[in-house]
Amino acid sequence: MKPVAFDYVRASSIEEVLDLLLEAGDDAVLLAGGMSLGPMLNLRAATPSLVIDLNRTAGLGGITANGAVTTGAMLRQTQAMRDDLLMTVVPLLAKAMPSIGHYQTRSRGTLGGSIAHADPSAELPLCLLTLGGEVELQSKDGSRRVAADDFFEGVLTTARQPTEMITAIHWPRRSGSFGFVEEAQRHGDFALTAAAVWIELDATGSLAGGRLGLGGVEDRPVAFDLKEFAGAPVDENLATQVARDIAGRTDPMDDHVADAAYRRQLAGVLGKRALMEAAGEAGS
Amino acid sequence: MTRLSGNSKHSVRMTVNGRAHEGYAEPRMLLADFLRHELGLYGTHVGCEHGVCGACTVLIDGVPSRSCTQYAVQADGASIETVESLADGDTLNALQAAFRNNHALQCGFCTAGILMSATAFLEETPAPTELQVREMLSGHICRCTGYDGIVRAILEAAGVQAEGKAA
Ligand code: FES
Ligand code: FES
Repeated sequence: MKPVAFDYVRASSIEEVLDLLLEAGDDAVLLAGGMSLGPMLNLRAATPSLVIDLNRTAGLGGITANGAVTTGAMLRQTQAMRDDLLMTVVPLLAKAMPSIGHYQTRSRGTLGGSIAHADPSAELPLCLLTLGGEVELQSKDGSRRVAADDFFEGVLTTARQPTEMITAIHWPRRSGSFGFVEEAQRHGDFALTAAAVWIELDATGSLAGGRLGLGGVEDRPVAFDLKEFAGAPVDENLATQVARDIAGRTDPMDDHVADAAYRRQLAGVLGKRALMEAAGEAGS
Repeated sequence: MTRLSGNSKHSVRMTVNGRAHEGYAEPRMLLADFLRHELGLYGTHVGCEHGVCGACTVLIDGVPSRSCTQYAVQADGASIETVESLADGDTLNALQAAFRNNHALQCGFCTAGILMSATAFLEETPAPTELQVREMLSGHICRCTGYDGIVRAILEAAGVQAEGKAA
C-alpha cells in the first residue's frame, strides 16, 4: 500500500527537530532508518501529518566510550556491528545483532529507531534492558536519562513524550559473560521468543548475579535479577531450574503465531540455553 | 529547514547508475515508485511494499537498501545503483552470467533485488561460505527457485570474481 499524504522535513539539527516536535507533537513522527516506520506508514498503521527525517540530522551518530558506551540514536545497525570497540565492550550486542532483521535492513536500520519503536520481540530493547542501560531523551526543556526498566511500557509504547526525541543510548560495561538465543520461524523474522543473559560469577565459579531477559514473551521485554539464584555453579541443572522458574513468572502473549503456553515453554528452553552459553564462555 | 507539503510534488534530483536525473514526487512517493514511474527504470521491482520481500533492493550511496521503505524525497542528492547498472549492453556481468548458468531465476520477479544485494555482499565478502550466502539471502523471498540455484550462482560468481582479481 501507499502512505497517506504527509508533510516532510529533512531536519539538519537537533534544535530543528525539537522545534518541530513542540509545534506538531503527536501529529509528527521521527523517521530514522525506516525499517519499522516505513512499513507502518505504507500500511497506514501510522498516519502522521508530518514526517521529520533524521537521516541527515547532525549530532546523532557515533560511538563514545567513557564509563558506559554511548551510541548515537542514528547509528546504523551494520555500523555498530563493524565497530570492534562496541562489540568488545558490549559482547551481548555482538551475540544478538546478527539476529536483527536481514543484511539489507541492518544496513539502514538504526539503534535508536529500534529502541524507539519498542517491538516486544526486538533484540535491541531486550539487550538494553538485560544490561540495565539507559535511553537519553531530549526536549526543549533539556535532556533526561530513562532506565530501560522504565522506558519500555508496552507494545510499541515507551516513556518518550511527544515533544522528546531519543538522542543517544547508554550501554553499561558489564563484567561477566553473556548468552543470546532466539527462536524465529525463519532467519531474520520477528523472534517468537528470545533470551538474553548476563551472568557474574564469584571467585569460586558460582553464580553471583546478573540478569536474564526475555523478548517476545510479554508485551515488552522483561528482565529478572539472577541474584536470588546465586551460590552454585551454573550447570545444566541450575540453568534448567532458573529458566523454568523465571518462565513460570511471565505472563506470555497469545497470538496467531504462538500461544501463551508455547511461549512460556520457549522462554524456559531458550533461557536455559542462553544461561549455558554464558556459563560455557565463563568456563573456557 | 524546508517543509515539503504533502499535497504537492517537489523536485528530486539524484544520480542513478552514474547519470544525473530529476523527477517530481510527493513526500509519500516510495523511492521504488520514483525509480520506476518518474525515471522509467522498471528493472527495480515492487513486491510487498513493507520491507519484507527484498524485490525492491537497490544500492543507495553504495549501501544495499529497500527502496520501498524509503521515500524519494529522502534520496534527494543521493547516488543510486539499480539492476540496470549491471550489464554492459547485451553482455551480462559475471554475477548475472552465473545466475543464467545456474538456473537461478524462473519468473525473475525477485532477481533484480537479489542481484543488487549480492553485488554489495560480494564486495564486502569476496569469498563467502554457503552459510553466509544463505543468511544474506534470508532478506529476499523467491517463490520459484527454491534458492539452491541462487546460492550456487552467487558462489560461482565469487569464484569468477576471485579469479578475475587474481589475474
Ligand atoms: S517491495 Fe520492498 S521489500 Fe518488498
Ligand atoms: S524467480 Fe520467481 S520469485 Fe524468484
